[in-house]
Amino acid sequence: MSYTVIVFVKQVPDTQNITGEAMKPDGTVNRSALPAIFNPEDLNALELALQLKDRYGAKVVVGTMGPPNAAEVLRSSLYRGADECVLLTDRSFAGADTLATSYALSCCANKIGKFDLILCGRQAIDGDTAQVGPQLAEKLKIPQICYIEEVIKLDKKKIVAKRAIEGGYEILESPLPALLTVIDSNVPRPQAARKIMKYKNARTRSELAKDHANANYTDAEQLAVEEEALKQKGLLIYEWSADDVGADKGRTGLAGSPTKVKNIMSVVLTATDTKKIEPSEEGIKNLVHELIDDHTLG
Amino acid sequence: MIDMSEKIGNVWIFIEQEGGVIADVSLELVCKGRELAKRLGIKAEAVLLGDNVGKCVDTLYHYGCDTVFLAEDKRLEPFTVLPYAKVLIDLIKEHKPNILLFGATLKGRELGPRVASEKLAGLTADCTDLQIDDFDDKVNKQFYKNKLMQIRPAFGGNIIATIVNTWDDPQMVTVREGVMKMDEPDKTRKGTLVKVTPKLSNDDVIVKVMERVREEKEINLKGAQVIVAGGYGVGSKENFKLIYALAEALGGEVGASRAAVDAGWIDHDHQVGQTGVTVRPKLYIACGISGSIQHRAGMDDSKKIIAINTDPGAPIFSVAHYGIVGELNDVIPKMIKAYKAKV
Repeated sequence: MSYTVIVFVKQVPDTQNITGEAMKPDGTVNRSALPAIFNPEDLNALELALQLKDRYGAKVVVGTMGPPNAAEVLRSSLYRGADECVLLTDRSFAGADTLATSYALSCCANKIGKFDLILCGRQAIDGDTAQVGPQLAEKLKIPQICYIEEVIKLDKKKIVAKRAIEGGYEILESPLPALLTVIDSNVPRPQAARKIMKYKNARTRSELAKDHANANYTDAEQLAVEEEALKQKGLLIYEWSADDVGADKGRTGLAGSPTKVKNIMSVVLTATDTKKIEPSEEGIKNLVHELIDDHTLG
Repeated sequence: MIDMSEKIGNVWIFIEQEGGVIADVSLELVCKGRELAKRLGIKAEAVLLGDNVGKCVDTLYHYGCDTVFLAEDKRLEPFTVLPYAKVLIDLIKEHKPNILLFGATLKGRELGPRVASEKLAGLTADCTDLQIDDFDDKVNKQFYKNKLMQIRPAFGGNIIATIVNTWDDPQMVTVREGVMKMDEPDKTRKGTLVKVTPKLSNDDVIVKVMERVREEKEINLKGAQVIVAGGYGVGSKENFKLIYALAEALGGEVGASRAAVDAGWIDHDHQVGQTGVTVRPKLYIACGISGSIQHRAGMDDSKKIIAINTDPGAPIFSVAHYGIVGELNDVIPKMIKAYKAKV
């Protein structure tokens, strides 16, 4: 028996390594200067899916919601061993909070069809909310197991997995289908050279059209033919709109988001009055005495 | 006169407990919830789930709850997300709270979204401050009075966003541990107990706990008066002995930056910062910590901060009251010596 495992991933700005070039003169972050990367814990989720594929046999379908260039993380997934990819992209998805995002992803999962497991990274480094996984599970009315470290056993009906809890771990058993959120607990495999050779020409419909436009060439019929040819070769990255997945546009994007951002303040490094202490016996002695005198130290 | 208090729901706090011991963050939220409720002229109410947890009720009154909703059932122990979500959703539908607070713990961060999704309510994660204010939504030409301002760091801690929930109640948030102040309990305070009978079906308990292993944390960073924290600049696990020696001499606890934890020199329980604990001790000594935004977010409310670093340009100096540019191997023994000589 082979399983179907869906992995939902996100392309994110690299907020972890903000260097000098990404800072504007006023001390705020220049987002456009940040490289777009594969969200780190989503790579852990993909790795877990690929391990399940190795252990039990599974079709691994990777989906992402994002702008057209988010196809990059999908190609990267193919290079690592994913079988099929879906780009969920539509202007109506823009500005989605976690509730609207999980709704759109639930429509995508339903369109993919029958699945046994959905895997997500615990959280994305641009928002750090960890909300989309549990919300997606609720939207699909399936159980969720969060903070997965490893899958112990998978069979036709159930999964047994180890997950982190405060101060320890739990082994949980859940019926299928189920959604797992995965933490940084494995080492994602690198992109394989052989797979890069195979999938480097994998394209979405938009990318194909862009290739044509670059060649000053538009022909809808020819586009459809080439798309079908890619599909036959397993090189088509499916590209679905809100209509394609049957999403109610009142529930996607800004319209479907109950939370609104009232304002945003950049965190600016403000210099406080720092008293410079010489690293000499005398300097440190005086500091310690000062702290004892003002009762900071007992 | 219209009594507004009858028109809007109350402030609810989800109480997290482990073996009948209430999590600190829940008590912090009770104190904050009481403050918000007072501001709005409504009540602060706790929702307590578990089995044999009735002994927690008085403590919740003492910290400021007007009401405790108590749901006890064998199937609510230990915590699993599906039955907890079911009981909470039923209660929300019946009582329509205005605000619902969760701790941003592992439990709160998996339960909150499950409940918010079913209720179609907005949820803001990891808040570091909560205020009441009006929201004039100019884009949608809507004016909202007395909404909960949900303030949180985002974008890796590089921005602070104020988020407002504009849909129907409840306005839901998870709040970071240690950021809200816990007030002294008042043992004379009393409240009203509302016993709830959980309506659970087999579908709510399909996820089974086969094994559960946990240990109480041995270190208490949040309660420490003095914290000596080491970062990547400490250089090795061996060198962390210096950090421990200073902490021991000063009667403090040992903290660490994420870089030191990731390097494997010290356990995650010691981590201070956005993905660790938020602390506000009387004295925080940052040793070899460069001071990323994520780290500073967890310690910059400390009353006094000493930074020791070989790099005079390290960002940590910008939040430090005292800056020492020097080697840890040189500075720390001098500190220990000076302190021991004086006391």
